[in-house]
Amino acid sequence: MSATMNYLDGNAAAGELSRIFATDLTSAEGQCANCAAKMRFAESHLYSHCPGLVARCALCGHVLLRFANVRGRLFLDLRGMTYLRIDAAKQEEASN
Amino acid sequence: MAGTAVLERVTWRVAKVVAVHDETATARTLALAVRDWPGQVAGQHVDVRLTAPDGYSAVRSYSIASAPNSDGYIEITVERLPNGEVSPYLTQEVMIGDELELRGPIGGWFVWRNDQMEPIQLVAGGSGIVPLMAMIRSHRSAGSSAPFRLLYSVREPETVFYRDELRALSNQGDAAVITFAYTRVTPKDWPRAPSRIDAELIASGTWPPALRPTSYVCGPTLFVENATDLLIAAGHDREKIRTERFGATGERK
Repeated sequence: MSATMNYLDGNAAAGELSRIFATDLTSAEGQCANCAAKMRFAESHLYSHCPGLVARCALCGHVLLRFANVRGRLFLDLRGMTYLRIDAAKQEEASN
Repeated sequence: MAGTAVLERVTWRVAKVVAVHDETATARTLALAVRDWPGQVAGQHVDVRLTAPDGYSAVRSYSIASAPNSDGYIEITVERLPNGEVSPYLTQEVMIGDELELRGPIGGWFVWRNDQMEPIQLVAGGSGIVPLMAMIRSHRSAGSSAPFRLLYSVREPETVFYRDELRALSNQGDAAVITFAYTRVTPKDWPRAPSRIDAELIASGTWPPALRPTSYVCGPTLFVENATDLLIAAGHDREKIRTERFGATGERK
């Protein structure tokens, strides 16, 4: 099977991202800095067969996020997205 | 790892194995009692961490199979992968009373909430049934009247998870409409030759696009790609399709 069929969804990054963010980032809407598509982060394509996590835009393949844990130091690069919209009210309701 | 503990928002919890049940020759359901479990929404997953005596640890994601309940326990179903690092332990070695480390519940997108009233189309490939089963169980325990339909593709009849429960639901008619598809071996006298899901099966085994269902597609990445493409080709709105890909092997990393 081709290596390009190895990716997961942004969903799968939720556990690692929960180490940093108080709210669930995967249901947030993000805009790709390259093609301007607006999608939920959960809908991105996640590559985890590398040291860390790389999320790419499901439409254009642009790198949206890079995350790495290097001996307990967490590196996070979000410059592939122009913004993230987090529906905080909905999340607080869901966590009750 | 102690130095990173201060950063962790969702903390690792201790989960005790309280029951095990084999679903198939290679898949096992574990019931876990989790201290201070905050409850989950159907479709969410947990991360399980195993740590060796030398400190090496491995983390894998597993979907929760059980409906939210007030008992403080959850069930996960684990498919054993031949070269897996974690799944052979969870399906063959773990015993009742053993403790695991677990983080969750995780994920707020691939979920079904019981206030969703629209028709729901579930499409499962292999072990992709697990989070969808949580939705079916949640739908039932909540007494939801949202129309549920499941298209479940498996290699052969022996690889069906939750067989008796799905059969019982199927016989009840209105609980969930269930269509099975077989890719390698079919039951005797099955009308369709073994094959992957195709446009014809999508047309006969899923809600028509005119009903505007929300679809949840889960399974190996290639399966999810094919199923999603077929749903879109059939006229479903991409924005109403939610996916959870398990990767090439089925073991999420």
